[in-house]
Amino acid sequence: MSRPTTPLRKLGVIGTALAAIVIAAGCTSNTADSDKNDSGGTDSAKAGSNDEAGETVTIGFSGPEADHGWLAAINSAALDEAEKYEDVELLAAEGTNDPSLQISQIETFINDEVDAIVLLPTDGAALTAVAIKAMEAGIPVVNVDREFSSPFAARTTILGDNYGMGVSAGTYACQLVEDNNLTNPVIAEIAGIDALPLTQDRSEGFAAALKECGEEVDNRVAAEFTVESGEAQASNLLQAAPKIDIIWNHDDDQGVGVKAAFDNANRDEFFFIGGAGSANAMRWIQDGEMEATVLYPPTQAADGIRLARLIAQNKGLSDLVQVEVPKRIVLNAPVVTKDNVEEYMPLGFES
Amino acid sequence: MNDNTAASGGALPAQAGSAGLPPEAPRTGRGGAPGVPASPVATFMRSGAARSLGLVVALVVLFVVGIITAGDRFASVDNMLTILRLASVIGVVSIGMTFVITGGGIDLSVGAIVALASVWATTLATQTIANDYHWTLMVTTALLVGTGCGLVNGVLVAYGRVVPFIATLAMLAAARGLAEILAGRRTQIVDVDGFTDFFGASVLGVPVLVIIFALVAAVGWVVFNRTTFGRRTFAVGGNPEAARLAGIKVKRHTMMLYALVGLCCGIAAIMLMARTTTGSSTHGLLYELDAIAAVVIGGTLLSGGRGTIVGTVFGVLIFTMLSNVFTLNNLSISAQSVAKGLIIVVAVLLQQRLAARSTST
Repeated sequence: MSRPTTPLRKLGVIGTALAAIVIAAGCTSNTADSDKNDSGGTDSAKAGSNDEAGETVTIGFSGPEADHGWLAAINSAALDEAEKYEDVELLAAEGTNDPSLQISQIETFINDEVDAIVLLPTDGAALTAVAIKAMEAGIPVVNVDREFSSPFAARTTILGDNYGMGVSAGTYACQLVEDNNLTNPVIAEIAGIDALPLTQDRSEGFAAALKECGEEVDNRVAAEFTVESGEAQASNLLQAAPKIDIIWNHDDDQGVGVKAAFDNANRDEFFFIGGAGSANAMRWIQDGEMEATVLYPPTQAADGIRLARLIAQNKGLSDLVQVEVPKRIVLNAPVVTKDNVEEYMPLGFES
Repeated sequence: MNDNTAASGGALPAQAGSAGLPPEAPRTGRGGAPGVPASPVATFMRSGAARSLGLVVALVVLFVVGIITAGDRFASVDNMLTILRLASVIGVVSIGMTFVITGGGIDLSVGAIVALASVWATTLATQTIANDYHWTLMVTTALLVGTGCGLVNGVLVAYGRVVPFIATLAMLAAARGLAEILAGRRTQIVDVDGFTDFFGASVLGVPVLVIIFALVAAVGWVVFNRTTFGRRTFAVGGNPEAARLAGIKVKRHTMMLYALVGLCCGIAAIMLMARTTTGSSTHGLLYELDAIAAVVIGGTLLSGGRGTIVGTVFGVLIFTMLSNVFTLNNLSISAQSVAKGLIIVVAVLLQQRLAARSTST
C-alpha cells in the first residue's frame, strides 16, 4: 500500500531536515543579553582595613545547581565577590542538586586542605556530617542559607530569614488593610514548593503577622517555583476567589507566570506582593503593576565568601567591637515598594 | 482491531449493565457485518465514546462535586474556559502521546522537548528576527525544533533499534540540558507583540489556545480513525511483525510517529509561550507523566495496538478539572496528588474490567 521510497524522496526529506536545522540554528543566540547581572551592588560598601589584601587564602565554594534565577544570582554573586579580592583563591565546585555528589565535593576540599569552605547545601541535614568532618580537620565552614542540623558543623551561619519574609509580607498586608480601610479583605497566598521547610516557614510567618491584625489567609495555593506552575496555580486561584484584595506570591521567579495569569484573566483589583526581589518584580513596582516585594537577599553566598576570607585571615567584622566574626548572621527581609525601589534595584536579579 | 468487537458477547447482561453498558451491546458481535444495518447502540459501542464511558461518568461526578462545593464560582463560563485553557497545553502533548503509545512506543522526552522548543523560539536572536520580519518565525522555530527532536527519537528507535524508553530518556536529559544552556537558566520573556496578541486573543469568547487544542484533537481524531496512517499505527502497535508482512514500512512509520509527537510538543511550546509569556527551561516539567497518565486512563493500551483520542481528551480534562475543583475548595496540593493517584488506579481498573468483558468468550 505504501508508496515506494525512492532515493530522491529520501534526499528531499534529508534536505528539508538540514534546511530546518540551519534555519533554527540561527535562532539560538542569546548574546545581546547585555544586562549582565550586577548583583552584589555592594562595591560601595566599606573600604575599611579589612578589605586590604592579607595573606592569600584558598576558599572552597559549593552550592546547588542554579536551576532558577535566584540561585543563579547566588552563585554568580559569590564568584564575582571572590574576584574582587586578590588574596582570595576560589575553588568553585560545579553546582549540583545531588547531596552525595556535594558531599564528595566537600571531601575533595578537605583533602586539598583549603583554608575555608563556603557551603550552600542542597539539603542541610544531608551535608551536616561532612561539614563536621571539615570542622574537625580544622577547616572553618561557612553555612549559607540552608542550615545544618548540628551547631558543630559550621563556624558561622549566614542565612536569609524565611519566617521573617512571611512576617514582612504579612505586616505589609496588614498595613494595606488599615490604610485602605478594607473590611473583610480576601487575602490569598501563592506559596512555593510546599514540601520545603523554607516554604512552610514563609507561610507560618505570613499567617502569624496577619493574625496580629485579625486577618487570615482565605485562599492558598502552592506552585513549584516555575513560571508554568505559577501561571496554572494563579489561574485556578483567580477562579476560586472572584474578588481578592491582597495576594502574596512567595517567589518572583514563578511570579512571571503569576503575573501572566492575572493579565490573561484581566484581573488587577488586588494588591500584588511578591517575594525574593527579582529585577522583573522591581520593574513592575516602578511601573505600578506590583505593590511590593519582600527581599530574600541573593547575596548571601557572596557575604559567605567575605566571612570565610575574614575567618581564614583571623580578622573580625570591622564594624563590630568584637574581634571575631559572629557565629550567626540572619539577614533582614525588607519590603521593597515604589518609595525605595531605586535603592534596591542593584540587588534585583534577572529571573 | 481497536474496537471491543466481542465475538460472542460472553458478558452476562447483568454484569454489563452494572458496568454502565447497555446489556444488549455485546451481543451485536461483529456489528459491522456487511449488509446488516448496525443499530444505533452498536454504532455507539464501536465508537470511542463507549470505551470512554467510565471517563464520562468520572467527569460528570467531578462536575457535580464542583457545582455542589463551589457553586457559581465553578459553573461560571470564566471558570470553564480557565479549565479548558489549562488543559489545552498538556492536551496537545497527550494527543501526540496517544499516537506513539498506540504505535507500540513511548515518549518520555515530551516535557523536555516542550522546554527546548519554548527556549529556542524565545531567544533574543529569534525574537529580534521575529520583530524585524514576522512573529510567525517564532512559531516556525518552535515547530521545527519540536519535530526535529521527535525525528531524532524516531531514527534512534526505528533505525538505531534503541528501546523507546531509553532513546527518549536520553532525549529527556539532553533536550532539557540544551534548553538550560541556551537560556542560561534565565526566564526569557516574550516581547513580540504580534505573537502575544494573536495567541492571547479570544474568538467569540473562546481563547485561541482552546481553539488550537480543539483543532489538534479533531485533526488527531480524523488521522487516527479515518486514514491509512491511523490504521497503520494500530497495526504497527498491535503486531509489528504482522504489519511488516502486510507490507507496512514499520520502521518509517515508527519514525513518523515520534516526529508527530515532536510536532505536538512544538505546538504545545507555542501555547505555553502564549500562556505564560515566557520561554523557559523549566517549562513542561513532568509532562511525560501527566501525558502518559491522561492517555492511559483514557483507555489507550500501554502495550500498543489499541487507542482512543476521545479518551485521551477526557483524561486530560479530568485531571485539569480535578485541580480546579480542589483549588476552588482551598484544598492542598498534596490532597490533589492523592486524588490523582486514586483516579488513575480506579480508571485503569474500570477499563480493564470493561475490556475483559468485551473480549471474553
